[in-house]
Amino acid sequence: MASLIAGGVDCDVHPAVPHLTSLLPYLSDYWRDQVTTRGMVDLVSQSYPARSPVTARPDWRPDTGKPGERLEDMQRHVLDPFQLSHAICNPLYGVQMVFSEDMQAAFCRALNDWLAKEWLDRDSRLRGSIVIPTQSVEKAVAEIERCAPDRRFVQVLMLVMGDTPLGKRALWPIYEAAERLDLPVGIHAGSAYHNPPTAVGWGSYHIEDYVGQAQAFQTQLTSLIVEGVFAKYPRLKMVMLESGVSWISPFLWRLHKFWRGVRMETPWVDRAPLEIVRSNIRFSLQPFDAPPDQATLIRLFDHMQSDELVLFSTDYPHWQFDGQDALPEGLPPDLVRKIMIDNPHATYPRLT
Amino acid sequence: MNIQFREGTEAASPVTAKTAIADCDIHPARATRTELYPYLAKRWQHHLEVYGVHAYQGMMEGPPYPKAQPNASRRDAYPPEGGPQGSSLSFMQQQLLDPNNVQLGVLNPLNTGQGIRNHELSAALCSAINDWQIDKWTSKDKRLKASIVVGNEDGLSAAAEIRERAGDKNFVQVLLLSRNVEPLGQRRYWPIYQAAEEAGLPVGVHAFGFGGNPITPSGWPSYYIEEMVGHSQCQQSALASLVLEGVFERFPKLKMVMIEAGFGWAPSLAWRLDKVWQRLRSEVPHVKRPPSEYIREQVWWTTQPMEDPERREDLFDVIEWIGWDRLLFATDYPHWDYDEPSRVLPAGVSEANREAFYLGNARKLYGMS
Repeated sequence: MASLIAGGVDCDVHPAVPHLTSLLPYLSDYWRDQVTTRGMVDLVSQSYPARSPVTARPDWRPDTGKPGERLEDMQRHVLDPFQLSHAICNPLYGVQMVFSEDMQAAFCRALNDWLAKEWLDRDSRLRGSIVIPTQSVEKAVAEIERCAPDRRFVQVLMLVMGDTPLGKRALWPIYEAAERLDLPVGIHAGSAYHNPPTAVGWGSYHIEDYVGQAQAFQTQLTSLIVEGVFAKYPRLKMVMLESGVSWISPFLWRLHKFWRGVRMETPWVDRAPLEIVRSNIRFSLQPFDAPPDQATLIRLFDHMQSDELVLFSTDYPHWQFDGQDALPEGLPPDLVRKIMIDNPHATYPRLT
Repeated sequence: MNIQFREGTEAASPVTAKTAIADCDIHPARATRTELYPYLAKRWQHHLEVYGVHAYQGMMEGPPYPKAQPNASRRDAYPPEGGPQGSSLSFMQQQLLDPNNVQLGVLNPLNTGQGIRNHELSAALCSAINDWQIDKWTSKDKRLKASIVVGNEDGLSAAAEIRERAGDKNFVQVLLLSRNVEPLGQRRYWPIYQAAEEAGLPVGVHAFGFGGNPITPSGWPSYYIEEMVGHSQCQQSALASLVLEGVFERFPKLKMVMIEAGFGWAPSLAWRLDKVWQRLRSEVPHVKRPPSEYIREQVWWTTQPMEDPERREDLFDVIEWIGWDRLLFATDYPHWDYDEPSRVLPAGVSEANREAFYLGNARKLYGMS
């Protein structure tokens, strides 16, 4: 395995909300009453069923409760052994699935307050992402602005499959706020299930949904680039989280070819898609979806023609690798340093 | 990698006879609106006149994402005698088949009976287009071979159409589109695969079609370029479905051709499927082998539109990972994003690989060798 180095930044760890009732202390009287009176159940997304093998590594799975719900486990499994300087918490609790913008806003607010109090307050290495109620752009911006004064929030978090493609103009106030407040926007695998989870309809299986995340990221990159998000907000960084990485170059070759062919349709795209990606888009390392041989690995990174695209992640507690093998075999030491330290710091201005 | 770099491969003079090629994606068009009527019952002629075609999208005419060119076709491809691009055999011979020495041209008619909500009309239109392909094209030029177009949402009637055409040497494959009501691995489509396997015909899956689903998993995008780039994602999801529903396991002699959606994505998808299958295989016990094995054995790709890296030799890595024996050259004539045969492969490809890419793989797959 490639040698890990101390002081790295883990850009994708997942603290779990034990149950919807865990958020009750962070809800207003009205919403507390709604949850209890209506008998609402735990918001677990089909993207990550609790017992699915991808949801937790066997040796990271606790005897009771959800994987990733205890800080002590996260410390013991990743923060300490990987000698991390920071880890960015991306809660995947299923708040995006509800359809009421009021309920979604209340749950997001509670989730963000829960994260600050029960995680960020308890370990100084942890940083957080602001989960936003995308059903209402106005409420999403308000939530970003409410959380932003706490500098431990280093990112805004959205799901890769929501109600609309992410480049759509209606969402731009979110990107304006994020750019203004030095917050990259993290796009994480997962669906609100407001649309079929593939572009060709509903599949039958959990495995199909998980494989399909990569295709969802691809369509979102197209949308973000051709709608002109980065022409309008050139300082905005976006991070594709748990996206997979081996598809990046061939996808960009295709996008670049079509952009050259039909750029008259989107004349506001003022730079080549390849350039936009190199300056504004980053990808988390895990799941590293390539075969475990060094020759292929070297070709894949060479195809990217940049050593700045990839950010270290363990994707804790998801099962992407075994033991300490968070880095794929054969990465040269310079690239390891870029991936583990330099690239994350260059991406997240609040990471100090 | 074992690519030999040679100098001077592009230097052939234009007067030299060109090496024979196969073109595995040619789009024949109707010259007039009513050209299919002789092949349709009176009832359906009436239906088309009064109600038109209701696809799984709202437009009565034309595509929901306007193309970049009229009919998405080359402006120099209008036949001199009139009609839309791709509607004249003599002009196709003159512009495509003769100058490029096309020895095998596979016809993939679009805008037929596929992806429409009235399944009886769908079957009637598909049958008509199949008769029309013989009368207008394959019977008049032996280089051209037809695809059996089938009503995609009704597996049983589609299978009947395949069985009716099986053994007819005018046809070399069954044609489906990538976007359907459900992902292509679903059971409703299995009769099509069963009939194709029995008939010994590959199933081509061409980009496009409508099935009523938003064309991204996060809703409807805004632009034509998103639809075009997105065909590769639709194709990936369709192929993942075929693997994960066990279609290749159940129909081990079935051959699938991914048409006009690129191929650069194929290695990454296969790796991802393998990795996730190792974790989650207990959910899909009918998928007995690593997904990449089914893909390597039972899937082919047409080349156009070729991915276009800044360093063109990067594409060789991807082709090595897929296999030089799995790519089928295609121009997409007469569409605007046509790939010119003499320019798509950079210098440095071995003679054997070049021959397989341009002709040999297609002849073998389509039973012409």
